[in-house]
Amino acid sequence: MAQVLLRVPSLARRGEVIEIRTLIQHPMETGFRPGADGTVQPRDIIRRFTCLYDNRPVFEAALHPAVAANPYLTFTIRADQSGVLAFTWEGDNGFRQTETRAITVT
Amino acid sequence: MRRRVAALALLLMAAGPRSGFETMTPELQAIQRDDVANPGMLSVAEGEGLFAREGCTQCHTPASMQGVAARYPAFDERRGGPIDLAGRIAECREQRAGRPPLPRDTRPLLALEAFVAHQSRGLPITPDPRLADARAEGERQFRLRRGQLNLSCAQCHDDHAGGKLAGATIPEGHPNGYPLYRLEWQSLGSLQRRLRGCFTGVRAELLAPGSVEALALEAYLFGRAAGLPIETPAVRP
Repeated sequence: MAQVLLRVPSLARRGEVIEIRTLIQHPMETGFRPGADGTVQPRDIIRRFTCLYDNRPVFEAALHPAVAANPYLTFTIRADQSGVLAFTWEGDNGFRQTETRAITVT
Repeated sequence: MRRRVAALALLLMAAGPRSGFETMTPELQAIQRDDVANPGMLSVAEGEGLFAREGCTQCHTPASMQGVAARYPAFDERRGGPIDLAGRIAECREQRAGRPPLPRDTRPLLALEAFVAHQSRGLPITPDPRLADARAEGERQFRLRRGQLNLSCAQCHDDHAGGKLAGATIPEGHPNGYPLYRLEWQSLGSLQRRLRGCFTGVRAELLAPGSVEALALEAYLFGRAAGLPIETPAVRP
């Protein structure tokens, strides 16, 4: 399991715009770099990031080989109901990781 | 004239050592300040898990690690010389916990070192007075011209600190943020790795990791940075 750092407010007022910040540990190997032995290292990147708010997609991103290691993504959403935020990173070599955070909207 | 020189010298002394943090761009400083944006914190989190799993918690607690990194390299009674944090963690794990050795610059050792050093973040570096001999040898290493380019550490990091080398600002070369996340490496790395980078740059023979010379140089660098706060995990370009 890759290490993940998330900052998600656990409390929000209805209609409030909240900022979400995510950081995940991943080498993001481009597929163009030669290794120590001179052969090109196979590509190993995260291809897609999705954020579901009670199973409703609210944010999606496609990542490409030029993205640096340990991708940091930050975005805002409108908090309209109490529920669960699910963050999923998917990538090469069957990489898939999901983290969830509950949010209470008053 | 003499008075002006004296005033300037006094000003420079009062300024003290300047962390590389201060000469970075505001954008990079913001990454280091924010614990969610700082990729070094991923290794700290990894190290926290290892600290519990590797049996470190049988003797130590994370709270007892506070201030430890600010005292390293420490004086090792058995060797009668300096030992650095990575060396101490590897030795402790191997001899006291009876686990297989962890080589330097491997991900688990770096993560453990980052976690331990992170507990001292913000505390000033306080060199051990018993390491005076090692520091003297380290200063000799620091001022020794080496490599095909025939440059010493001091020529860049004392004489031209704040100047430019191929567009990059030359820092004073303080070790207060290690292990740190370097954008060039795209990963966390040790002080020894950074030193290897400079040594390769001047095309000099590398110091063997954990050797007497390498530890002496490290002891001198920490003595030179006395009083600077530990920044682990720092972010550098």
